[in-house]
Amino acid sequence: MPAHEEARDLGGIMSEKKTIKTIQPTRTPIPEQPAEVRRTNFEEVALGYRDAHAADESRRCLQCPKPLCVPGCPVGIDIPAFIKAVEEGDFKKAYVILTDANLLPAICGRVCPQETQCEAGCIVGKKLEPVAIGRLERFVGDMALKNRWVEIPRITPNGKKVAIVGSGPAGLTCAADLAKAGCEVVIYEALHVPGGVLMYGIPEFRLPKEIVQQEIDTLRKMGVKIEVDRIIGKIFTIPELIHERGFDAVFVGTGAGFPKFMGIPGESLNGVLSSNEFLTRANLMKAYEFPKYDTPVDMGENVAVIGCGNTAMDAARIALRLGAKNVYIVYRRSEKESPARIEELHHAMEEGVQFHWLTAPVALHGENGWVARMENIKMELGEPDDSGRRRPVPKEGSNYFLDVDTVIYALGTKANPIIAQTTPGLNLNKWGYIEVDSDTQMTSYPGVFAGGDIVTGSATVILAMGAGRRAAAGILSYLKLN
Amino acid sequence: MYPIVRKEVFSPVTFLWEVRDPDMAKAAKPGQFLMVRHKETGERIPLTIADFDMEQGTITVVIQAVGKDTREMMEFKEGDSLLNFVGPLGIPSHVENFGTVVMVGGGLGVAPIFPQLRAFKEAGNKTISIIGFRSRDLIFWEDKFRKYSDELIITTDDGSFGEKGLVTNPLKRVLEEIKVDLVVAIGPLIMMKVCSDVTKPFGVKTIVSLNSIMVDGTGMCGSCRVTVGGEMKFACVDGPDFDGHQVDFDELMMRQRRFEKFEKKSLELYEHECQLTKKHGI
Repeated sequence: MPAHEEARDLGGIMSEKKTIKTIQPTRTPIPEQPAEVRRTNFEEVALGYRDAHAADESRRCLQCPKPLCVPGCPVGIDIPAFIKAVEEGDFKKAYVILTDANLLPAICGRVCPQETQCEAGCIVGKKLEPVAIGRLERFVGDMALKNRWVEIPRITPNGKKVAIVGSGPAGLTCAADLAKAGCEVVIYEALHVPGGVLMYGIPEFRLPKEIVQQEIDTLRKMGVKIEVDRIIGKIFTIPELIHERGFDAVFVGTGAGFPKFMGIPGESLNGVLSSNEFLTRANLMKAYEFPKYDTPVDMGENVAVIGCGNTAMDAARIALRLGAKNVYIVYRRSEKESPARIEELHHAMEEGVQFHWLTAPVALHGENGWVARMENIKMELGEPDDSGRRRPVPKEGSNYFLDVDTVIYALGTKANPIIAQTTPGLNLNKWGYIEVDSDTQMTSYPGVFAGGDIVTGSATVILAMGAGRRAAAGILSYLKLN
Repeated sequence: MYPIVRKEVFSPVTFLWEVRDPDMAKAAKPGQFLMVRHKETGERIPLTIADFDMEQGTITVVIQAVGKDTREMMEFKEGDSLLNFVGPLGIPSHVENFGTVVMVGGGLGVAPIFPQLRAFKEAGNKTISIIGFRSRDLIFWEDKFRKYSDELIITTDDGSFGEKGLVTNPLKRVLEEIKVDLVVAIGPLIMMKVCSDVTKPFGVKTIVSLNSIMVDGTGMCGSCRVTVGGEMKFACVDGPDFDGHQVDFDELMMRQRRFEKFEKKSLELYEHECQLTKKHGI
C-alpha cells in the first residue's frame, strides 16, 4: 500500500516530515538498574530519560491532528503539544503545558497505567510501539523539580474557604485547582506526612518520596495550608467544619484504605498481614532502615502475597529487598487477567518473584501461633463474570501446600467508615463508598464533595486526580465562582 | 508540635504527661485513644486517653516505659514538644445510667479507666472502683478515684497497701454481695481475660478496652485485628471497647508477641548506647 494511503488509514498522521515509516519503530528504552542489583536496594528502578533519550522519543510523536492519546488521559493533558515542546528542546514550555492539566507530572509519569490510557490510544501504537508518553512526562517533571521551576499562577483571593479531607492524589489536585481560583484552602491529613498513598503505599524504588514532597511544596507555595495529624470525623466532624469553622465547602478524598481479608481459617496467625500494614511499615515508617528507625516489619524468608495488582507487586518487591529468599504471588486468575501494570509485572518477574497463577488460598496453617503453611487450590477459568473476566472455578482435589512464614493480603481495600459514621445525611452505596453526582462530585450533603477511592473503590492515582479536578470545578460552581 | 505542659513521675517506669492540644481536648470522650510519635525515627504508639481538660486545652496520658521509644519519651521534660499527636481515635465508651457499675483498673489501666469512672458517676450510676498496683509506691490517682467512687478498693500484689492480691478477688466478692449491672475492666490482657472469666458465671456484661499493636490507628493497616464473637474486628475503629466475654484473648496475647524479637533488639541497642553515653559522657 502506498505511503499516502496508509497515512489516511491512520487518521491523517502524516506531518510534514514524519510518517509512520520514517520514525524509529521501537520506544527509546529507559535506563534501569539491573534486576540483580536493584532487588537488594530501595533506590529507584527506572532511572529516567536523559536529554538525548527524550529527544529521540519525542521525535516518534507524529503530532496527529486528531490525537487519540488525549481522550485517554483522565485529566486531558495536551499530550502532542507537550511532546512537541520537548522535541523543540523547550522543556520549560513542556512543563507549563503539562502543569496546566496536571500538577504532579513527575508522579504521574511514574505511576500512571499509561498502557491502558494515553498510550493505548496512541496512533503510532496501531502499527508500531506507542510513543512512551509516560517516560516523557516524567522526564519533564523531573527536569522541573531539578531546576526548581515552579509555575505559581497569580492568585486573586475570592474570599471563599474550602477544607480538603485527605492529602492523597484527589485532595492535592482539588486543592491546587481551588487555590489557583483564589480559594483559601486547608488540607487535613490523618497521617504525619501529606501525600496519602503516594507516601505510605507506593514504595521508594518506584516513586521517590522526595519527589512527592517537592510536588507538595509547590502547593504550599500556592498558599495551600496543610495540617497533618488531624483526622476529620474525629477531631472535627464535617458538619463542624461547615458550621463552626467557617468553611464554605468540603472535599472528601480520604481514599478507601480499609484492608480486605478473605475470611479463610488461620488469618489471625502471626506472620499474616495486610499489604497496607506491610507497605505502611516499610514506606511510611521506613522499617527497611530498622533499627535506625524504630518501626519493625515482621517478615520471614518465604513470603506469599495474595493478589496480583500493583499493590501486590509493590509488596512482593519490597519483600525481596528486605531479604526474603522466596517471594510468591498467589493469584486466582491467570497472567492475562492480572490488574497490575505490565511494567510492574515484568519488573517483578525480572527480580525473581515466583508466580502461582490460577491458585487460590483455602487455609493458612500455623505452628505455635505463627503461619507455617499455606493451603492452596488450583483454579480453572470458566464463563466470564460481571467484570468481563473469566471466572475462576476451583479444581476439586487439586489442593497443595506451600511452606511460608509470611502471608500478605493485597486484595484491594474497602471504604474506611470514619467519615460516614460522623456525617449524618451523607449517602453511601451498598459497599460503603460515598455516592456523588458524576459531573460535579457533590455528595447528598450540600456543599460536601468527594472523589477518588472513597467514591470508586480501589483505583489509580490518575483517576483520583481526575475526580479531584472535577470536584474543584463542581465546588467553584457551587460557590458561584465560575 | 505538641508541648508537654506538665510531667509527673509515678515510679521509675511510669509517668504522666499533660500535652497541649486544644482541639483534641475539646473533641475527646471517655474510652478514646490517641497515637503519639515523639521523634522522626520513632514509632507511632497508641495510648489510651487518661484525661482531658477542655478549659486548659490539655490531654493527659500515662505511659509505662517498657520499650525503647517509651523510655526515650520518659526523658522528655516539661516544655519539650512531641512531633506527632493524633486523636481522639476509636469509638467513645457507651455511658448511660446502668445502675451499679464496677470499674476495674490494673496497673497502667488505672489511668484510662478514670475518665469512664467520672462519666459513669456523672450519668448517675453507683460506682465501685477496684484499682490494683504491684506495690504501694506505684499507686497513683487515689484521690481522683475516691472523688468519683461510691466505694474504692485498692489492691497491691505484695500487700504493701490495701488488699493483698489481684483485683479479681475483690471483683468476685462484690459480684457475690450485690447486684452489678456492668463491669468495665482495663489493664494488661491477662488481667482483662481473668476479669471476664470471673464475671461470666454472674452473667454481668463486661467491657474491656483493647490497646493492640497499631501502625496508623485509623483503620488502614489491620494490625490491631482481634477476633470478637468469632468475627474479625479492628480495635482502632470498631473499638477499643469490646464485650470481654466475646474476645479471643489467647489469640490476641499471641498477636501481641509479633514483634518481640525486634523490641528486644531495639532495647538492647538503646541500653548499649545509654551505657556508652554514661561512660564517655557524650
